[in-house]
Amino acid sequence: MLNRQGRPTQAGEAAHAEHATFTGNKALQQIEPLIFEIGHHEATGVDIDKPAPFKSRLGKHARQGEIGLPGLSEPEAMRHYVRLSQKNYGIDTGLFPLGSCTMKHNARLNEKMARLPGFSDVHPLQPLSTVPGALDLMLELARYLMTLTGMPAVALSPKAGAHGEACGMMAIKAAIEAKGEGATRNVVLVPESAHGTNPATAALIGFSVKAVPARPDGTVAVEDVKALLGPDIAAIMLTNPNTCGIFEPQIVEIAAAMHEAGAYFYCDGANFNAIVGKARPGDLGVDAMHINLHKTFSTPHGGGGPGAGPVVLSERLAPFAPVPFVHVENGKPHLIESRGEAPAGNQPFGRMTAFHGQMGMYVRALAYMLSHGADGMKQASEDAVLNANYIRAGLADLMSLPFPDHPSMHEVLFDDEWLKGSGVATLDFAKAMIDEGYHPMTVYFPLVVHGAMLIEPTESESKAALDLFIATLRDLAMAAKGNDKERFTSAPHHAPIRRLDETRAARQPVLKWEKPAPAKAAE
Amino acid sequence: MRYLPLTDTDREDMLARIGISDIDALFSDVPAGKLLKAPVELPRAKGELEVERILGKMAGKNTAASAVPFFVGAGAYKHHVPATVDHLIQRSEFLTSYTPYQPEIAQGTLQYLFEFQTQVAALTGMEVANASMYDGSTGTGEAVLMAHRVTKRRKAVLSGGLHPHYAEVIRTLSHMANDEVVSLKPDVAASEDILSQIDDSVSCVVVQSPDVFGNLRDLKPIAEKAHAHGALLIAVFTEVVSLGAVVPPGAQDADIVVGEGQSIGNALNFGGPYVGLFAAKSKYIRQMPGRLCGETIDSTGQRGFVLTLSTREQHIRRDKATSNICTNSGLCVLAFTIHMTLLGQTGFARLAEVNHANAVKLADLLAGVEGVKVLNDSFFNEFTVKLKKPAAEVVEVLAAKGILAGVPVSRLLPGAGLDDLLIIASTEVNTDEDRAALVAALVEVL
Ligand SMILES: Cc1ncc(COP(=O)(O)O)c(C=O)c1O
Repeated sequence: MLNRQGRPTQAGEAAHAEHATFTGNKALQQIEPLIFEIGHHEATGVDIDKPAPFKSRLGKHARQGEIGLPGLSEPEAMRHYVRLSQKNYGIDTGLFPLGSCTMKHNARLNEKMARLPGFSDVHPLQPLSTVPGALDLMLELARYLMTLTGMPAVALSPKAGAHGEACGMMAIKAAIEAKGEGATRNVVLVPESAHGTNPATAALIGFSVKAVPARPDGTVAVEDVKALLGPDIAAIMLTNPNTCGIFEPQIVEIAAAMHEAGAYFYCDGANFNAIVGKARPGDLGVDAMHINLHKTFSTPHGGGGPGAGPVVLSERLAPFAPVPFVHVENGKPHLIESRGEAPAGNQPFGRMTAFHGQMGMYVRALAYMLSHGADGMKQASEDAVLNANYIRAGLADLMSLPFPDHPSMHEVLFDDEWLKGSGVATLDFAKAMIDEGYHPMTVYFPLVVHGAMLIEPTESESKAALDLFIATLRDLAMAAKGNDKERFTSAPHHAPIRRLDETRAARQPVLKWEKPAPAKAAE
Repeated sequence: MRYLPLTDTDREDMLARIGISDIDALFSDVPAGKLLKAPVELPRAKGELEVERILGKMAGKNTAASAVPFFVGAGAYKHHVPATVDHLIQRSEFLTSYTPYQPEIAQGTLQYLFEFQTQVAALTGMEVANASMYDGSTGTGEAVLMAHRVTKRRKAVLSGGLHPHYAEVIRTLSHMANDEVVSLKPDVAASEDILSQIDDSVSCVVVQSPDVFGNLRDLKPIAEKAHAHGALLIAVFTEVVSLGAVVPPGAQDADIVVGEGQSIGNALNFGGPYVGLFAAKSKYIRQMPGRLCGETIDSTGQRGFVLTLSTREQHIRRDKATSNICTNSGLCVLAFTIHMTLLGQTGFARLAEVNHANAVKLADLLAGVEGVKVLNDSFFNEFTVKLKKPAAEVVEVLAAKGILAGVPVSRLLPGAGLDDLLIIASTEVNTDEDRAALVAALVEVL
């Protein structure tokens, strides 16, 4: 049998089992122990000379005894981590359609730029006279973000999207307090479709959370928001495009309703990548919006970070932006690092982090923006949206679309209605995709549809790659509907490891390596 | 555009397949008049060479730490990172992966998280560690919130030796959440009476060691008094290398230990990205913020790793979550873990010893300079000196001479009346020539 790429398919599982290896390795797939099982306490991969004898100034604080950590020589460490890397799937491996997470290409130019010593080897507290280029970079990044969003101010320092949410909501709280309404305006509206960070953030800032119901078409209706408004409402946290991949059609009316009620509009900008260069949040009535530089502007996700979450702010919130920020006076940039130094008219609400934010990510994001330019960023948004809708067109007859009445933006949401009766769950379908060489889509998010499958291809995929992906998902969908349940429920079969028991991990948590008890004498 | 694979022919074919002729038909939900017709007013696309020129020029205006005698610390430290580290973290499979939601194709990430948690627990002397926070300061803010959850009290006492920016992060969060904070005065001499602040209303005491002025602090009596009153001790460090030389907070009965891990594996980066280390006693595990990686088995019984105890987290628990953190410091964790694996306890202890030796050498030299007084009794790789002139001015003059001498306390605590104090760090990167240059320049300036 030939596969989709016209190559002969591999022998089946049974053949594998017949040729079980002595080591448990499978050629390039190596079983790799933990460093604690292969390292030695006396081994080291770093040569450091012992200092000449000197009089310690540690006083009574000197450490006694061993730390209990092994070391590895350099060749051993290299091999260990290379082998671990081979058990990972990245964007560079293949299509990574993880909805909401925006796994787009990570250009290596950006890595190279971030490693220029003038950016990577400068200290946040060295004299500002020795880092004018760093301030230039922050200003230039700010200019790009403000232009793309149509917003008058930006707080750069938040360290990821959720941290940006906290920053924006703190600015809102500070503005409310400045109006003397701190005691009464303490409720934040959050649609049920929102990402978990939104309600968690609102609660962190001391707000209570009220849910806005989801409409059957996957959007938030202005009437539903209005019905909840009152003197106790501080803000709404609304994602746009929303987590179902739909641009909120009534966003302008919702913003106006919030403002009329004396409240604010926080926009979760995790999906800004769909509209960069196409629409500006500032034109829609947004008061604060974080931008995940690690999504929209392609700074690498790195297996879970680091990210960066600058927050653009409206005129009404700008004065409350936290320290530090770059302030330009007489054409000269100054870094304002404490509330006392803030220029007149500013009332910074405080500080989000010890230093100036994620400089390494600023450089990468700016390199992305400079490379794409205004034209390239607009094209990237259009291609991301086109790719998502192309997948939708290729799958809509087989899989079920909960919200068929709106075009998708950069991601398309399916539910599990079409799997009913097949014995295959969304999770099983995802695991079978792994066997086919794909990273699964986001599953079970957003919570407003049953068994959600959120597919975000990004603009980085070619038409040929999308065609193959669509054909593969169609094959899988036919198999799921055609009684081939076993293919799914016991998947993945070809990953470095079989399906993992997550329940067991939570029931009996083992969160670090412990030295095994010495083996008992044979009984 | 080099990053976009679709050709115009592809785009036309795809629009046709969707059944539309214009891409803007897909943007039909954007309200009337809000769809931009022309590209925004920013420059057009550029080739690699041009981008390198623009950014290279900006970078070239900054003084890199490696280029000069460098003694700046106070929360971030210049250390040598082995070449292997930066090579490995740039492997595609690490760099371009996501949070390990699909563990069967993310064992690489999960296994290094498990190694990291084990390393952090051992270094701090604690029972459990999480898979990282954004940095030391945000981790400290989260530690205070965690203590409030554990004790069901809402008052934190901050030592005057805590990094002022860390204290500011805590105060900001606490103000927003309507929690109480008692901040002790800046405590240059490590002589504050923090014990008298502890009573039955206190949730936690936050103490840094080495503190921001470089002093090593005795945590044990503070832990004892805190525990006697049902409060927790949160121990903080900004220089993780110190743990190679000093008694770890876990051995002094700290309940939560948080700190900055930048020194190991990570560059200075003008303040970020860094990596927050977070460890605790295991009885508090369900109140911990952030991701945790745990061991389990697959359907054939083979060992593997997964993210676990996620019912604490925002994606499950939403407004009842222990934190809103989602993306953390993944790749900085990897850099930390690889560097720590290369060091091992032997190399790590040696690194700490060299740091301490270099700082002692420098302190001894400075003690002989007219107009300089070393204030610390004890220190690790950082100490505070009193100058006979304002430290900020001195630092500026020395910077002009190509020496980065340290952090004036007035930069961290403007208006606190501590303008003559300078915090000086010395790590393994400093040579005898660096120290001689600093001493000579100070002699000249003072
Ligand atoms: C819709 C949405 N909001 C917020 C976040 C949180 O962003 P971060 O992970 O950068 O904190 C994410 C991503 O994880 C998201 O998809």
